[in-house]
Amino acid sequence: MSLPVTPSQTIGPFYGEALPVPGGGEPAPAGHPDTVTLHGRVYDGGGTPVPDALLEFWQAAPDGSLAGAPGSLARDGVTFTGFARVPTGRDGRYVLRTLPPGGAPFLSLCVFAPGLSRHLFTRVYFALPEDDPLLPALPAGRRATLLATEDPGTHRGYRFDVHLSGERETVFLEFPCAGRTEESRPSGS
Amino acid sequence: MASEPLQEQLSRPIPDFTDPPAAAPANGAPAYDLAPYRGLPLRQPARPPVPVLGPGAVELTGPVFGPADVGPLDSDLTRQHRGEPLGERITVSGRVLDRHGRPVRGQLVEVWQANAAGRYTHRADRHAAPLDPNFTGTGRCLTDGEGRYHFTTVRPGAYPWNHHRNAWRPPHLHFSLFGTAFAQRLVTQMYFPGDPLVPYDALWRAIGDPVARARVIAAYDPARNVPEWSLGYRWDIVLDGPAATPAEGGR
Repeated sequence: MSLPVTPSQTIGPFYGEALPVPGGGEPAPAGHPDTVTLHGRVYDGGGTPVPDALLEFWQAAPDGSLAGAPGSLARDGVTFTGFARVPTGRDGRYVLRTLPPGGAPFLSLCVFAPGLSRHLFTRVYFALPEDDPLLPALPAGRRATLLATEDPGTHRGYRFDVHLSGERETVFLEFPCAGRTEESRPSGS
Repeated sequence: MASEPLQEQLSRPIPDFTDPPAAAPANGAPAYDLAPYRGLPLRQPARPPVPVLGPGAVELTGPVFGPADVGPLDSDLTRQHRGEPLGERITVSGRVLDRHGRPVRGQLVEVWQANAAGRYTHRADRHAAPLDPNFTGTGRCLTDGEGRYHFTTVRPGAYPWNHHRNAWRPPHLHFSLFGTAFAQRLVTQMYFPGDPLVPYDALWRAIGDPVARARVIAAYDPARNVPEWSLGYRWDIVLDGPAATPAEGGR
């Protein structure tokens, strides 16, 4: 059985009271010595910062576990849940304080914004491993759009910008399903 | 909560939302603009997304949520303030399923909406309609063991927006959903059956497939009315994206 899927619709401009939560961008337990700070901006194709995007991150725990844990919307200050949700500020900036993922060295990132019919998936790599199944498929020039760069002069700081379009457009990803037909694909994108 | 079998629900006849007449009125007034919403051009990626093939991707797993994240009253948008919000009290309930028809259990569902006058509790909303001090318009719940969710709220109002001249959004609820896999993430909108504004709505029309347009319209379900209290709407949601098969240990 394959059911017809529910279409995606834009997040619109009014999600701000509903989705962001206090501490949403801080999955690292407070004061954890391994904390990394990932920050950057979201830009549109004209190079203008996007002030109303919502970023969601999902990742493995430092031990490589992908089991996750409850508590991302009401953090207890101790548990690492693997999930983060951060709106961009007026200048398009976001900050994520997290722990380094175990296993594959990347965070999964889902980008929402008004003016996008459908969210965009990408990845934030802290290193570009030789054996990664995705990276060799990408043109060398575009591979770098998935790499967070070390922030000189900071302690475990990394920079990662998202370019929704334009010359520096970030590589966005899709996750095909076996047997999915064209009709059942999300429309309106 | 007994209802018709899933396949019958999903194969229901499409509501009669035919295209409105596009011809210009005889008096020379401009025709109503039926162009679908295309989003902001500078925010649209020009390149197609790159498929991630093969198993083992982080995106085939996803976050989990629990009672610490969602309280039992979070699903009742009419009980978040000292008094009752104005408007027609409704419940919206249904099931969250994956493409194989399996319930998505214990997962987070979030909603947000305008109040009965068509105004959001959001500083960017400048529509000249009143705020309701007893209504914020946001809610959360976790699906149960059958994938069911349930919200109590008020029917939102329509409101104008700047897509084109004299454009109005039909009453709608915004929904945010998680599956067992992060790749199943969905944000969408739910509309009301029989609403004359829907066929004119640029956002609804942006759903390219006319058959798929019907899937974002809830059904009025008298069996879900709460007598002397609220009107019941049913809306089932099917998440796209790869989900773990049972053999792979999907939860």
